[in-house]
This record gives sequence, C-alpha cells and structure tokens, in this order.
Amino acid sequence: MLRFLVRRILFGVVVLWLVATAVFAMYFIAPHDVARTLAGRQASAETVAAIRHNLGLDRPLLVQYGSFLWKALHGNLGYSYTNSQPVTTLIGQGLPVTASLVAGGAILWLVIGVSTGVLASTHPRSVMDRSATAFSLFFYSMPTFLLGEVLLLVLFFRLHLSGIDWFPGAGYVALTENPMEWARHLLLPWLTIALVTAATYVRLTRGSMLDVLGEDYIRTARAKGLSRRRVIYRHGLRAALTPVVTQFGIDVGTLLGGAIVTENVFGLPGLGELVMTALSKQDLPTIIGLVLLASAFVVVANLVVDILYSVLDARVRLS
Amino acid sequence: MTRQVAREPASQVAAEPLLQLTDVVKHFPLRSSGLLAGKREYLRAVDGVSLEVRRGETLGLVGETGCGKSTLARCITRLYELTSGTVSFGNADISRLSARRLRPYRRKLQMVFQDPYGSLNPRRRVGSIIADPFAANGLAKGAERKRKVQELMELVGLNPEHYNRFPAEFSGGQRQRIGLARALALRPEVVVCDEPVSALDVSIQAQIINLLAELQHKLGLTYIFIAHDLSVVRHASDRIAVMYLGRIVEIADTEDLFIRPRHPYTKALLSAAPTPDPDLVNDAERIVLTGEVPSPVRPPSGCRFHPRCPRAQSRCQVEDPVLDSKNIDESDRAVACHFPLADGESMLPELKEPS
Amino acid sequence: MTLTPPATVEAAAVRVEPAAADTIEGRSPWQLAFVRLRHDRVAVGSSAVICIIVLLAVFAPVVAHLLGHGPNQQFRTTGLSAEGIPVGPGSTFLFGTDDLGRDVLVRVLYGARISLLVGVVASGLAVVLGVIIGLAAGYFSGAVDTVLSRFMDVVLSLPYLIFAIALVSLLGPSLMVSVAVIAFFSWASVGRIVRGQVLSIKEKEFVEAARSVGAGHLRIMFVDILPNVLAPTIVYATMLIPLSIVFESTLSFLGIGVLPPTATWGNMLSESIAYYRVAWWFVAFPGLALLITTMAFNLLGDCVRDAFDPRGNRLFVAVED
Repeated sequence: MLRFLVRRILFGVVVLWLVATAVFAMYFIAPHDVARTLAGRQASAETVAAIRHNLGLDRPLLVQYGSFLWKALHGNLGYSYTNSQPVTTLIGQGLPVTASLVAGGAILWLVIGVSTGVLASTHPRSVMDRSATAFSLFFYSMPTFLLGEVLLLVLFFRLHLSGIDWFPGAGYVALTENPMEWARHLLLPWLTIALVTAATYVRLTRGSMLDVLGEDYIRTARAKGLSRRRVIYRHGLRAALTPVVTQFGIDVGTLLGGAIVTENVFGLPGLGELVMTALSKQDLPTIIGLVLLASAFVVVANLVVDILYSVLDARVRLS
Repeated sequence: MTRQVAREPASQVAAEPLLQLTDVVKHFPLRSSGLLAGKREYLRAVDGVSLEVRRGETLGLVGETGCGKSTLARCITRLYELTSGTVSFGNADISRLSARRLRPYRRKLQMVFQDPYGSLNPRRRVGSIIADPFAANGLAKGAERKRKVQELMELVGLNPEHYNRFPAEFSGGQRQRIGLARALALRPEVVVCDEPVSALDVSIQAQIINLLAELQHKLGLTYIFIAHDLSVVRHASDRIAVMYLGRIVEIADTEDLFIRPRHPYTKALLSAAPTPDPDLVNDAERIVLTGEVPSPVRPPSGCRFHPRCPRAQSRCQVEDPVLDSKNIDESDRAVACHFPLADGESMLPELKEPS
Repeated sequence: MTLTPPATVEAAAVRVEPAAADTIEGRSPWQLAFVRLRHDRVAVGSSAVICIIVLLAVFAPVVAHLLGHGPNQQFRTTGLSAEGIPVGPGSTFLFGTDDLGRDVLVRVLYGARISLLVGVVASGLAVVLGVIIGLAAGYFSGAVDTVLSRFMDVVLSLPYLIFAIALVSLLGPSLMVSVAVIAFFSWASVGRIVRGQVLSIKEKEFVEAARSVGAGHLRIMFVDILPNVLAPTIVYATMLIPLSIVFESTLSFLGIGVLPPTATWGNMLSESIAYYRVAWWFVAFPGLALLITTMAFNLLGDCVRDAFDPRGNRLFVAVED
C-alpha cells in the first residue's frame, strides 16, 4: 500500500514537472515576442528592451527555466503582465468562485446521477428506466454552453418577463457577503454543470449496477434470504460505486482548475474566466500558473481516487 | 488405422541427423516478488536437452504436463530465444540467427499447434490463414496463391470450397487440418507437432494421426511429435524421448521403450497409462509415484527424479546422471539414470520389502 | 467427416441469396454485427438522421443558392428590423436572421459541414494514432510499453480544455488547430483500450503460428492482431465523434476554435448569447442542430456497441425484449 502510494505520488510529481516544462517550452521557445506585444506597436526598441529586461526575458533560457521552476516550487507563480498583480493573488480571487460552483454542482450531480441510475437499474425496462436513459442521452449529448444558454433563456429571461426574478442571469456574490444571494446567483450555473455531468453518472451507475446485479454472488446473497433492498444497497451499490468514484474524482479535479464554459456563460469571475481573460491579453504568467494549478488539481484528484479505490475495493491494494 | 501406414523401418534412414539439439536451455525469468528485489529466480523450463532427429523419422516426445515439452518445441522452431545451447538444422546452427537470416530455415521447420481454437485467427478466413505462409514470405501471388491454398486444403482432406469460411465454422478436427495445411504450405522438411490431437475427441485423434502418417509418407516429412498420451505417441512414433522437469531422461526406439523401459520414470509413466493390449506390458506391476512434481524453479539436486524414485540411493541425491548409452550397454538407446532397470526387473528395490 | 453448420442460426436465417457454386462464403463478425444493426430500429433511425444531416451539409451550397442567401451575406434591410434587431422566422428567412442580418438556416447548414468534418476527421485521427500507439505498446511490451503507457497516462491526466486553450493561444485559432487539439486529447483513451486488448490477444497461439510461418512484427501487428481489436475500437470511435463535435463547438463558442465569420454552431451560439432576449431562433436552431447531431451519433454508437457485444447492457436505450 505504502509503495503503491509513493509510486502514485511520484508519478503525480513527474506529471506536474512535465506540464510545467511543456508550458514553459511552449511559451518561451515560441516565436512571438512577449516584450514587443506588451510594449505595443509604436514602442521604440529601447522600451521593448527595457520591458524585456524587467521581465527577465533577456536572461539565458535555462536560467529562466530554472528560476521559473524554483519559484513555482515555492508557490510563486510570477506576476501578471497586464496588472502586475501576483498570479497567486489572482488565483486567490478566482478560486472561491470556481470552488463554490464545483462544490454545489458536484453535490447536485451526484445526487441526481446516482439516484436516477440506481432507480433505473433496479426497475429495468420500466417507465422509470426509459426516462432515466432518455434523460441520460439528452444531457450526455448536450454541450454545457448550450444548456447554459437554454437555461438563461427559459429560467432567467422568460421568468423575468413574467415578473419572476428567482434566477439572476449573471454575476457573483461572495458566500461571506450574503449566503442567500450567493446561492441564488449560483443556482443556474449549478443546474447547468450538474445536469450535463449527471448524465454520465446515470449511465455509469445504471450500467455497473446491472452488471453487478447479474453476478452470481448477488444471486447467492438473495438465495441466502437477504432482502432485495439490502442486496441492492449493501452489495450492488457498493460494487457499482467504484467507477462512479473514479469519474467523480476526475470531474471535480478537472473542473476545479476552471469550469471555463459555465463561468463564461454566466459571467462568473472564477478561474475559468481568468484563463479566458489572460488568453485574450497574452498574459503568459497567468496562463502558465493556471495550467499548472489545474494540472495539480487533476493529479491530486487522481491520487485521492486511487486511495479511495483501495479502500472501497480491497483487491486493488495488492497490485 | 494400423500404425504401419507404409512406414519404412527407422533403422534404414537412421544415418542422417537432420536436426541436432545440443544442451538446449530455456529459463524464464520470474517477476521478483519481495520488497527488495533479491536474487532473481528463473523457471527452468528446459534445462540442458541434447537430441538428434533423423531425417524421415517421427520422434515422439512425452512427459507430464509442465515438463517442458512445449517449451522445447518452441525452442526448436525458434519461437523462443534459447537461454543457451544450440539447435542445428543440417549443418547450420540456427539458434542465434537474426529474424531475417532465419527465414529460409523457418520455411523448412514448421509447427502444428495444440489448441485448434487458439491457433487459428478467428477474424480471418480459412483461405487467408492457410495462405499466411505465402503472404508472410511474399510467395505465390493472386490466383496462384488461391490455387495452392486449395490444393493444400485438398491434401489435408478439407473441402476447398470452404476457402472463404471462418474458423468458427469448423470442428476441432477440421481446424487441426487447417493448421496442418498452413504448416505444410512452405513444403517444410520438419514439422513439430505440439500435442496436435490432445484437444480432440478420441475418434478424431485417429483420423488426424493417420493423416499425419500419410502425409509423412507422401511428402517425406520428419516429425517431432509431442504428446502426454502414451498410446498416441506409441502409435505415431519411431523413437521416443521421455522428458521430466526440463530434461530428457530416456530415449529409445518405440517398442524397446515400451517393452523394456530402463528409466524408473519411464516405467512409472508406462504403468500409469491404460493399455488396450495386456500382452504389450510384460508385467502387471503398477507403480504409483508419490509426491508432487517438484517445481521447475528450484529443481531437486542430483537426479531430478530422486525425490519420487523408489530406487533412489544416496548417490542420486548428489550426482546428476548423464543421458548416455553407456549406462546400459545398448548403443541405440540412452538413459539418464545411475541405476537403470534391467529387462523385466521390478521397480521396487529390496530395501522396501518388509524385513 | 461431416461439415459443421454455420456457427449461428441467425447467420443462416438471414442469408438471402444462395452461395455461389464454387465457394462457400463464411460470414465475418462484421457482417454479423451489420445484420444485427440493420434489425435494430434505433440504429436504423439514428443512421437515417445522420444521413440526412450529412446530405444537408453536403448540399448546403445548393440550398444557399436556391434561397439566394450566402452563408456570410448580410441583409441589412430585409434581415434586420428598423432598430437593427434580427428578424424572426418567416417566408424569406425560414429560421430567421442573426445579429448581422444573415440567414440562420443557411448558416446552420454550413455549420453542419464544420461540425461533421471536425467530428469525423478528429475522431479518425485520434483512432489511427491511438490504434498505432496502443498496438505498439501492447505488442512490444517492456521499455516501449512503459514509455508509451506513461505518455498515455500523462495525456489522460491533463485538464484538457485549459490545455487546449493554452495550445490555441500559442498556435492561433483555426480549423486545423481545432482538429489537431481534439485529436491530441482523444487518442490516449483509444490507445489505452487497444493496448489492453492487444495484451491478451498477443498471448494467443495464432500469434505464435504467424511467427512460425515467418511473419514479421508489422505483419503480426496489423494482419493478425489488429482485426481482433477493431470491434472495440470501432465502437469507441462512434462514441468519439459526438464528443469531438461537442469539443469543437465548445472551442468555437469560446472563440478559440474556428473563427468568425465562418459559420459553425459554436460560433453562432456564442454570437447569440447577447441576443437571446430578442431572438430565440438565433439560439434555438443552431442549438437544436447541435443537439440532434450529437444525440444521433450517441444513439448509433450505443447500437454499434450492442451489435458487437449483444450481451452487454445498453447505455441509452432501455431495449424491449
């Protein structure tokens, strides 16, 4: 177990290092000149040179690479080109928004997805099953931004026209400022992210439950006289949960680095929006910092999944 | 189904060794299991085998499951790389040749596999499977290839019209015929048959063995015939080599081996096999070997058979017997035993008698 | 020696024409899967929808010509109201117009060209790449496998959208870049599936048989092993197409895919977000087109999977007995 953990952690560190190197290489070996872009078209050669010096871009590449890695290791991701704020400060501003979005969404999609999947699998071919699979197909095929737009159109705008303003169309209010408003502003984004993601969970839960419920040991458990409920929830769900846990880890890890689409549609100032802004302004340190952070979330999520896995399923521990 | 299907006496063709194995060794490294990778262990599947295969003969290779027969077969056909030792075809040592230089010998040295289901690609049509040797070597294109394939199918008793069928549409016996047709496509001199009938029904086994004999006569083939079923080997072979734990313990002409086994293991093996003709066994003694077959990872010291051998003496525990004809003063057979059995000698030594 | 009947009763039952006199044709697993698909109403339905979409995409210029509305042609007088607001569906503009007075119908049809092109090409690239790398990793094992598998693990553990953004910001957005980015983030899962399959198939005796007749590595990989891993690959590929279409539309929506004024569904939906209050059709038609396309492909993918593995559970269709 310990060896397994150490190996996984080492792999995670290597991935992060590779990501850091790849991103660094992408931007610093790339042909376009950051200093010139920042200085503007009319800037004189001296200005460009000064900017380049200020940013440390006139140093040898390896020195830049070393200093970049060294600083990143100490939690210093450099300073934004556009407003000179530390990238970590920008992340500190965006992360609570993204985290709020992902946390609420995750709870919703887990509840919706797993319960629908279980209901569908325990009543195969019923109306419930058919609706569940139709639901799953519909939202699985639905791009996130499209659902966001449709929800805006129907739940925000149509209701707004009828004088009902339950759902604000955009904006964010901090949890510490006003918890009610915080939740109200996040309802539509939560719903968007939850419905789209839940579709996968319905599929996963239903599929693996059907597999598990068809296994011999489930029949044995029933034959031993255990109640149907008990068999389904104690044995079936437990085994079916393993793929769900994996998927959940990956989803949360990926979204924490920036729920780009949802934030974009609803104008939430989270990490995803930060990336998009940085992208439009060629703000390299911010992009690099955010890519690193997002990768770190995914790596950590994978690690947590692996640990959970070995707890849920003792067989994995050996390998 | 008589065994004498136009077979020339082995002695007439005995002169020329076509295939010569010298001290062939194949060890498989095992995955180290401990936390700290300690001494690496090896599975000694084949551990020093020397053999001669004579042109035109059928050499039977018998032994229990796991004794290394199939590994040896794959060493001969170079499907496995040897750990050490040599395999010579004619005068050429083929055991170290690169894939490219091996090609001409591959064509002369073909193999028929044990599993009629696993050895045919389920996704390819039979015609294409039999044509594989041509395709792999860039021989006989287009219509000529198809004609040759259909000739081969006819040769092994398949309906050439079934050219476009899939393996799943054939029975086990027919599949073995397909495998045989593929092996014969390049007109090989030697065919290694790795338990070609053990997966088949008894009634089908005879058909395939007769077909093999017929083809041997027609095409002048040399066979290495591997089996664990003694009656099958006896029926098919001119000479027989008995394998135990990666070694050959005895080699002799078929009838000599069956009637006058010299090695205690051979005798035990023979006595364990049911025989339809009691006259063939010169005494009714039944020997049941005790104990498990030792692990080929850590084979016993001295003679590998000693822990299970009722005749074992203290010498057997320390001194590894050599496979030699000197042990028994018979020039045409060899045995690896310090205390070989004489004609009709009882297996159980006097020591075991109650005193 | 008796001849065994065809392996499945179904195969015999659906044979229409008697076999030609000189050869007796066996049915490949492909043919069997195809027959199952043809008898699957959902599969036939979703294929029909896909065919219609493909036809509409192919004949988009014809429709544009018949209507007299080019995809990027702006009708400032007829296509916009006096206040400069898009015109709703009517006899001139069946699906209404967008913010620049362009015909939404024509642009939706042209958008289908991009979506299908990117979906199919990117998935195809991903499958080819994944199959080659997965085959190599599984077949050669050892160091080759370790390197390739780790590489796949790394690609799979990247947060792909943010990485795609970083890549696009470097290379500049374009159709080619979109295809490349989508393929790059999709091949690894194909590779992993293929590798797993190859690991078990290469232990089969028929691989040894191929080596014994003198087949080289390439021949064994592509002639002997590949056909046996193709079924799961094809199933995955059909599932990959809708994912690629969604990926492309997302990139376009974020402004880092295919750039305006080229009509793509993602672009149109991105432009429509400022107008959803006044022009529902501007959201609805490209949105519907996108949704119907991805749904049709997902349904078909499910049916294809079912056709190759009839014992498995269907994902989207609670099928009747």
